Amino acid sequence: MTKPAVSADPAASAPTTDRPPVPAGSVGYVSPQFLSFDEPLTLASGQVLPSYSLAVETYGELNAARSNAVLICHALNASHHVAGLEADAPHQSGWWDNMVGPGKAVDTDRFFVVGVNNLGSCFGSTGPTTVNPATGQPWGASFPLLTVEDWVHAQERVADHFGIERFAAVMGGSLGGMQALSWAITCPERVGDCVVVASTARLSAQNIAFNEVARRAILTDPDFCDGDYYARGVVPVNGLSVARMVGHITYQSDEVMASKFGRAQRKPGPNGQYHYSYDVEFEVESYLRHQGEKFSRYFDANTYLLLTRALDYFDPARACGGDLARALAPVQARFLLVSFTTDWRFAPEHSREMVQALLKNHREVTYAEIDAPHGHDAFLLGDARYHAIVQGYYDGIARRLGLGDRRRTTGVLAQ
Amino acid sequence: MNAESSVSAPLSAPVAASQSGEPAPRIDLLRIAQWIAPGSRVLDLGCGDGRLLAYLQQTRQVRGAGVEIDDEQVIAAVRRGVSVIQQNLEGGLALFDDAQFDTVVLSQTLQSMRHTEHILREMARVARYGIVSFPNFGYWPHGWSILAGRMPVNDQMPYEWYDTPNIHLCTLRDFQILAARLGLRITDLAAFRGEREIRYLRGWRSMLAVYRFESPAGARS
Repeated sequence: MTKPAVSADPAASAPTTDRPPVPAGSVGYVSPQFLSFDEPLTLASGQVLPSYSLAVETYGELNAARSNAVLICHALNASHHVAGLEADAPHQSGWWDNMVGPGKAVDTDRFFVVGVNNLGSCFGSTGPTTVNPATGQPWGASFPLLTVEDWVHAQERVADHFGIERFAAVMGGSLGGMQALSWAITCPERVGDCVVVASTARLSAQNIAFNEVARRAILTDPDFCDGDYYARGVVPVNGLSVARMVGHITYQSDEVMASKFGRAQRKPGPNGQYHYSYDVEFEVESYLRHQGEKFSRYFDANTYLLLTRALDYFDPARACGGDLARALAPVQARFLLVSFTTDWRFAPEHSREMVQALLKNHREVTYAEIDAPHGHDAFLLGDARYHAIVQGYYDGIARRLGLGDRRRTTGVLAQ
Repeated sequence: MNAESSVSAPLSAPVAASQSGEPAPRIDLLRIAQWIAPGSRVLDLGCGDGRLLAYLQQTRQVRGAGVEIDDEQVIAAVRRGVSVIQQNLEGGLALFDDAQFDTVVLSQTLQSMRHTEHILREMARVARYGIVSFPNFGYWPHGWSILAGRMPVNDQMPYEWYDTPNIHLCTLRDFQILAARLGLRITDLAAFRGEREIRYLRGWRSMLAVYRFESPAGARS
């Protein structure tokens, strides 16, 4: 059963003087609530989670008909903090702050937006870092492996908590897009529109291969201690850093890396000489190391393993002999899919496969293929065409639901 | 079948339309709409800003999808509430299943496509009926222009020979011969000059031809 939310909202509504001013188009200062669910959750693996909590943020207001809710699903390293400024850390703006806010593409003047930290993640939801009530110790490596479908089932209770029978839209990019797709298959009657950006209906061998390299880096780090590093007060920093470095390469296009770094040397010797060592020689190495180290300070290694494995397992067509069209037969939602031409992690072919399967089922599909240079990361960035498509699409949802006209345009598309 | 007196927009009407008070579609699009059964499934290739599909959705309750390559047009179609798939038509229609639609439309695009036969075959594959419109190169003043030593340039084909996207221009008879060779059974023809429908000597007097054909697969079923 759903317990009432524990909210830190008063802190958010009492501005302190040292906070930076709220920029136009921002949802402002926000704090998470933590929803606890005591009913056991049976997972795809067969294991049962006796209870769990999920960290949630919401923006905008749920209307009386509860018809204007949008669920935003996050990707690998993100969280429930989708938009606005964190009350406790004012410089932490949400990971999709350019997309969600009053007057932005996902317009919180009209939509009630829900961000949820995935079960098994490390930003406040139950996961490897939280305490297993049965042992009094952190779950660590004993936390059950999860699938994308498990996340959907866990999040269904968030919808129930808010009394949302049907989301106006479920939306996500990358791994979040896989969740949105899974929502449309698993709970067809609860999804009005499904927005899937830079995503896929199943990982390719190459995708799994990159995940495996990342996992091996973590699993073979001596400080990983078979996943029980919390008790020993260590963190597999090196493994986690390397995992992030590998991931980071796949998020960017060759083109963007070339233009950002080229072959620029970090601190060349006299006359541009090489140092003839394995220390940082090129700018790109310095950048990757920095990204890896930064990541290892805030992300949990067990969570990284768990999330990448859930990515690997996702394959809704598997139960239908590989036939994605048959897997999508239950879907009722309209779809918007967006891909980016330079995304080689989930290249446009991945999206086209979903488009084709949806068309076979006579579903309404809109598909945009944005010629942006940024690779997979483009889904987080501010390409104006991308945002115009999403904004136009959401304005159409608002029209159909009678949520009124857009009152303002802020963010990427503001003039 | 020919009550089109309410049409006021010129053939080259600008596409800046507001949400409300859309201007009436061009006369050739109105004719295309007449050939489409209410409630049927329509695919509009090169759908531009989605105006035809929006009109068909409102007036004939069709379930439609458009295909368009241009970013700005795709955005305009999305704003109009039309389902649109961004894709280059030269790549074929692999996203679409056999007989997935009742009617497939290719409006004023055939003449600029590299693979003319291929797209016509693909149209016949994905829908029972195809509708194609193109500028008529046989329009008699074109001959006059050529006799005077110049390639024709007019409202329907407003390009110089060196910057035209129209690489496969044809006459009405040319098209009919190709259609016959591909097994496409022509069911209807309408021809226009500006806002006027042309009924006599269409091969010489019209600037725009609109054909409707039935695919060989559709004819068998």
